[in-house]
Amino acid sequence: MVDILMPALSPTMEEGKLAKWNIKAGDTVKSGQIIAEIETDKATMEVEAVDEGVVEAILVPEGSEGVKVNAPIARLRGEGEAASAPPPPAKAEAAPAPKANGNGAAAASPAPAPAPAAAGPAPAAPRAADGARIFASPLARRIAKERGVDLSGVKGSGPHGRIVRADVEGAKPGAAPRSAAAAPAPSGASSKSLAQLGIPDGSYTLVPLDGMRKTIARRLTDSFRDIPHFPLSIDIEIDRMLEARVKINAALESQGVKVSVNDILIKACAQALKAVPEANASFTAEGIALHHHADVAVAVAIEGGLITPIIRAAETRTLADISKAMKDLAARARDRKLKPEEFQGGTFSLSNLGMFGIKSFASIINEPQGCILSVGAGEQRPVVRGGQLAVATVMTVTLTCDHRVVDGSIGAKWVQAFKGFVEDPVTMLA
Amino acid sequence: MSDFDIIVIGAGPGGYVAAIRAAQLGLKTAIIERENLGGICLNWGCIPTKALLKSGEVFEKLGHLEDYGLAAEKPSYDFTKVIARSRGVAKQLSSGIAFLMKKHKIEVIDGTAKLEKGTPAPKVVVALKAGGSRTVTAAKGVIVATGARARVIPAAGLVPDGEFIWTYREAMVPTLAPKSLVVVGSGAIGLEFASFYRALGSEVTVIEAMPRILPVEDEDISAAAQKAFEKRGLKFRVGAKVSKLSKEGNGVSIAFDVGGKSETLKADRAIVAVGIDGNVENLGLEALGVKIDRGHIVNDKHGATNVPGLYAIGDVAGPPWLAHKASHEGVHCIEHIAGKGGPDVDAPIPGCTYTQPQIASVGLTEAQAKEKGFELKVGRFPFKVNGKAIAAGDTDGFIKTVFDAKTGALLGAHMMGAEVTEMIQGFALAMTLEATEAEIMATVFPHPTMSEAMHEAVLDAYGKALHI
Repeated sequence: MVDILMPALSPTMEEGKLAKWNIKAGDTVKSGQIIAEIETDKATMEVEAVDEGVVEAILVPEGSEGVKVNAPIARLRGEGEAASAPPPPAKAEAAPAPKANGNGAAAASPAPAPAPAAAGPAPAAPRAADGARIFASPLARRIAKERGVDLSGVKGSGPHGRIVRADVEGAKPGAAPRSAAAAPAPSGASSKSLAQLGIPDGSYTLVPLDGMRKTIARRLTDSFRDIPHFPLSIDIEIDRMLEARVKINAALESQGVKVSVNDILIKACAQALKAVPEANASFTAEGIALHHHADVAVAVAIEGGLITPIIRAAETRTLADISKAMKDLAARARDRKLKPEEFQGGTFSLSNLGMFGIKSFASIINEPQGCILSVGAGEQRPVVRGGQLAVATVMTVTLTCDHRVVDGSIGAKWVQAFKGFVEDPVTMLA
Repeated sequence: MSDFDIIVIGAGPGGYVAAIRAAQLGLKTAIIERENLGGICLNWGCIPTKALLKSGEVFEKLGHLEDYGLAAEKPSYDFTKVIARSRGVAKQLSSGIAFLMKKHKIEVIDGTAKLEKGTPAPKVVVALKAGGSRTVTAAKGVIVATGARARVIPAAGLVPDGEFIWTYREAMVPTLAPKSLVVVGSGAIGLEFASFYRALGSEVTVIEAMPRILPVEDEDISAAAQKAFEKRGLKFRVGAKVSKLSKEGNGVSIAFDVGGKSETLKADRAIVAVGIDGNVENLGLEALGVKIDRGHIVNDKHGATNVPGLYAIGDVAGPPWLAHKASHEGVHCIEHIAGKGGPDVDAPIPGCTYTQPQIASVGLTEAQAKEKGFELKVGRFPFKVNGKAIAAGDTDGFIKTVFDAKTGALLGAHMMGAEVTEMIQGFALAMTLEATEAEIMATVFPHPTMSEAMHEAVLDAYGKALHI
């Protein structure tokens, strides 16, 4: 058993703040590995492991201030050495498994907080990110829950560092810098302040994080970090689709419906999902969920963020129907008037930045969906046809796939199917 | 080179405890006492009065033996022996302190201390009891723990004469129990003597200037206590301002204004219990420039005064005038000086009155809590439906709890009944640990005990009481 001691980062340092742990109980530590960040009043420095072994316990929680030099901050046990105490509770944020039954939230929906230290529904003894119990008085726990204060980021002033009421009342709720430092994952925010990173206070305007922004930050950080994703790009000629659109709109004119290119792409997505059902899938801990319907979520930019209203069972709906539904959803999305069921629970997403002239881009997977399609601008490009140069209207689309459910070949099949439907829209009738 | 690390002036429950703690931390310590080790608490306060009250309580029970199916012939008491027992108890405990001082190698200096300028702490000049004087110096701190004494108000004649007009001191060692007694002041001290002498059969009238007795307690407690005391034959005049207390013949005459009218009452003896004044005189505090406010030394939360190296704890540093508060401050002060202070724990100080029935409380009264703007949940539970209380024949009283409706924090608890002074620490502990109603409700209270009423009073605050 070896104790890791609080290092002296300078000859005069007497104490410091344990700003961040990069290890947790149960981790194997190699000599030279960066295990923690220590802050003094002057600087933040990384601490390298000297000894090797398995982390038995984190003795000083993240965010603790005034940790004396040479105080034990963690305990290592050598390989093969028996654990001296029962193993600490498993880290709560195991596999970021999406919900099984397809009711997983879409982009703007409140997802279950991934941070295990967040105050639970009951004011039970909370746990730090490393699984260690956070000692807090019942009253402190209750007030923290009420105010949305994350106890893992609160420094306890009571005996043995116990968090008491006064500590919580002194802490800032929600996105307190300390809680961001203690639980860095959820928002993806750096644990350092901008000032620490060399951008002085006062040189920028701070826009407070609203609920949508926090949700976007958290969900997309989780997704991008946790999901093994890959993009598949293809060029699609859309002249025939544009011609078809003119005819369709002429036919629908009496109904007052005007189908957009995007409406046709929604339909094409739905048909492609029907043709390649393996791509209409979600990864869950229990298995791969193959969705029965193509519920296509369409990213709509709105003031302050974006939201993804859903065209349900798009494979069963007519273009006119899709078009009308999309207009209504998009209008209400901009007014932030959508009901949760209208933007939660899609099986596939479509994001189109063509109107901005973007040539191609790769979106981030919208959990728990298996794929998201990014659509670039349709533009006239030279194409080679039968050995001859020709001009065609071409757009590049990119399918981002969750490799856990959609392998390269499935994704490619889907992209081919989609290309087929768009390049020859009549085939959608088959 | 200083003689000691710490010099404590006054060996009451604040001073002697501070001295022990200092010695435990390896500090060379002296304690100066002008009278008896243990101070007022052990010798003339808390302890000997409890001995008297126990005698009174047992004697009073003898008058109700038939309630228990028992009989005794002509119960009587020997007043001299009652007093002697009380003195014996005090003496036993005082010699216990002497033993503790010796055990911890604390030098006891018998004499009266006076402070003079000095660094790092004031010098202490002791006029020795044995004659002569001795000057001692401390390297780390001098702690004034000189306590307090009964307040006197000469303008109204509220001054003891040692014969007819008593303070607690004379009231503790008379030769006879007075036939009639008037007690000025209905705080803990006044009511305890009133309760004791009433138990021995004295006609007792308590005069209180405030509109209710036990003015620091919750209003419900004041009202219930007055009723319970009146049942025992005590008489009360509340809202009565004493204009003149004087000796008259072989007794006293007391004039007071109540409800705009003047009244006069005669009695064999009077006890003055109108409050406490800190013992701040003749210590040389003025010359040192020590800040004093209304008879008490001004200190910070660690006991430090405005003079470097000088600390004050306990009664001399202000209310509440309670032995346990003095001890608590003493320990805290020493640990702070030694740099061994733990984190600040916001601990409420319970208060106890050992009358029949007893009163105990901790935290805020309902009125205080309201005044602070809390939204409240208040629970009550009477002992008259508590099994243990019924079996013991002690059904007087009740328990009241005051919760912050918003957070569930226990803000205060108030009790009246037999041995409630032994139960209040349960609520004090809950408050110190920052329990909410949920944890207290989840706590298992043993059956059958009177403490079950504590549980019920908490449940009642949330509409969940089971036995009412």
